[in-house]
Amino acid sequence: MSNEVAILGAGMHPWGKWGHNFVQYGVAAAREALKDAAVPWQDVKFVSGGATVRCGYPGYVAGATFAQALGWQGAEVNTSYAACASGSQALAAARNKILAGGCDVAMVVGADTTPKGFLAPAGGYRPEDPDWVRFYLGITNPTYFALYARRRMDLYGDTLDDFAAVKVKNSLIGSKNPRARYRKCFSAEDVAASAMVADPLRLMDICATSDGGAALIVSSIEYAERIGRGDAPRVAAISTTTPTFASSVVEMPDIATDSAAAAGIEAHAFRSTLPLKAYEEAGIGPEDVDLAEVYDLSTALELDWIEDLQLAPRGEAAALLRAGDTAIGGKIPVNVSGGLACFGEAVPAQALAQVCELTWQLRGQAGDRQVEGARVGITANQGLFGHGSSVIIKR
Amino acid sequence: MSDKPLAPAIDGWHTMEVKPHLIGTQCKECGSYFFPKNNDYCRNPACDSTDFREVELSRTGHIWSYTNACYKPPAPFVAAEPFEPYSIAAVQLEAEQMVVLGQVIEGVSCEDLKVGMPVELVLEPLHETDDDIKMTWKWKPAAL
Repeated sequence: MSNEVAILGAGMHPWGKWGHNFVQYGVAAAREALKDAAVPWQDVKFVSGGATVRCGYPGYVAGATFAQALGWQGAEVNTSYAACASGSQALAAARNKILAGGCDVAMVVGADTTPKGFLAPAGGYRPEDPDWVRFYLGITNPTYFALYARRRMDLYGDTLDDFAAVKVKNSLIGSKNPRARYRKCFSAEDVAASAMVADPLRLMDICATSDGGAALIVSSIEYAERIGRGDAPRVAAISTTTPTFASSVVEMPDIATDSAAAAGIEAHAFRSTLPLKAYEEAGIGPEDVDLAEVYDLSTALELDWIEDLQLAPRGEAAALLRAGDTAIGGKIPVNVSGGLACFGEAVPAQALAQVCELTWQLRGQAGDRQVEGARVGITANQGLFGHGSSVIIKR
Repeated sequence: MSDKPLAPAIDGWHTMEVKPHLIGTQCKECGSYFFPKNNDYCRNPACDSTDFREVELSRTGHIWSYTNACYKPPAPFVAAEPFEPYSIAAVQLEAEQMVVLGQVIEGVSCEDLKVGMPVELVLEPLHETDDDIKMTWKWKPAAL
């Protein structure tokens, strides 16, 4: 296929709350990816960074920041900001550069250092900023996750036990991932004993913010074949589509959805439209997928994503979970990295971390977390302001 | 509560009547509604209008989903001491075909709510300043 690129290397700095400069995490991930690829740094001709908006100017120009830290060697650079999809957008830029013939080998890297406590908006009286408005009115991030979770309960009959079971599943598998921040196994009783944050979600249903870094070395198929790596996992599709007017689901940080009152306008749910382009571009369907890494900002959201990726009919993800089919050994293992439940969110690195996990899985290098015979994996994530992505990796 | 004058927490987002309305805009060309108000450019991709009329939105609707806030949000939220948890609802407005978020009136817990439940818009205090009591819209179950 002419639109594929090879993944030669993957690397991550372990997630945590380390408090170091974000550049340190990115460099560690980049060096691990280079070593994994067995490609010299001087051969990388394009460095595509995921931006962080929390770490000042070096974060806004992350591609250049990482290139300088690794040692200027004349490569071209790019920096992408797309909230939680920043890593995928940076990967798309690298893929496009390669497919356009602009380079053979590119590095994609994202890293973040997160502050402690709530992410609060800028101060003052600023009713023109939807993020300011919703905090003023008492609507925080968990509010949105909880609205989606409660709707599942009332519409599909999902229970608190189902949401806890997602956490139990992810903490068990995440305990076997040396790169995860939280590696303790939690029971349903542990989840039930944690404080209610936004009914029906408890503290242990909601993901934390973390420090972390992830990197990939990608190349043209010709280059991969030339160095004897023609069998490397390939990026088969990247979707970073925006929503379609009108939105049917109220999204953070908005106080209202679009209106679908105009003639000829239908309401669409953004999450479920994201993977459509990915499936089309890869020329495969949900039935071909062996495993998925999805953005479990909350336990209940993992169930939404399973349906958005069409891995289960709408309303039936909990049944899949209860049957053990989303765990290792099940029909469609989900978040075998441990997911955000075990990592916490390091925004510009997170979409790349999902691809790193799929790369190791498709190579059969995931150790105790290995999904036997995995050949096709899909990622999904969503961020603020119409950003989201879905990436398909296959071999 | 004191006898200070009542003032909207955010100017121009709702009327101050006993039976209040949210104030939005409607595109004169395609009929799309916007809340908060949008007066500059229609966001319907099939419409390039820049003409809008200010409209009062439906003051009744049905619950799309609901939750609560068990912990005090960060500023600019102004919390009472001690903090009292409150419920929140996302409400579907039929004519406008849109969902609007808001707190639920005091004294209503999640156990009292259900997806699909009819609600109406009322005003309640959000917080108090030295000069006035800041009022905001809240959703009230129609059965109460």
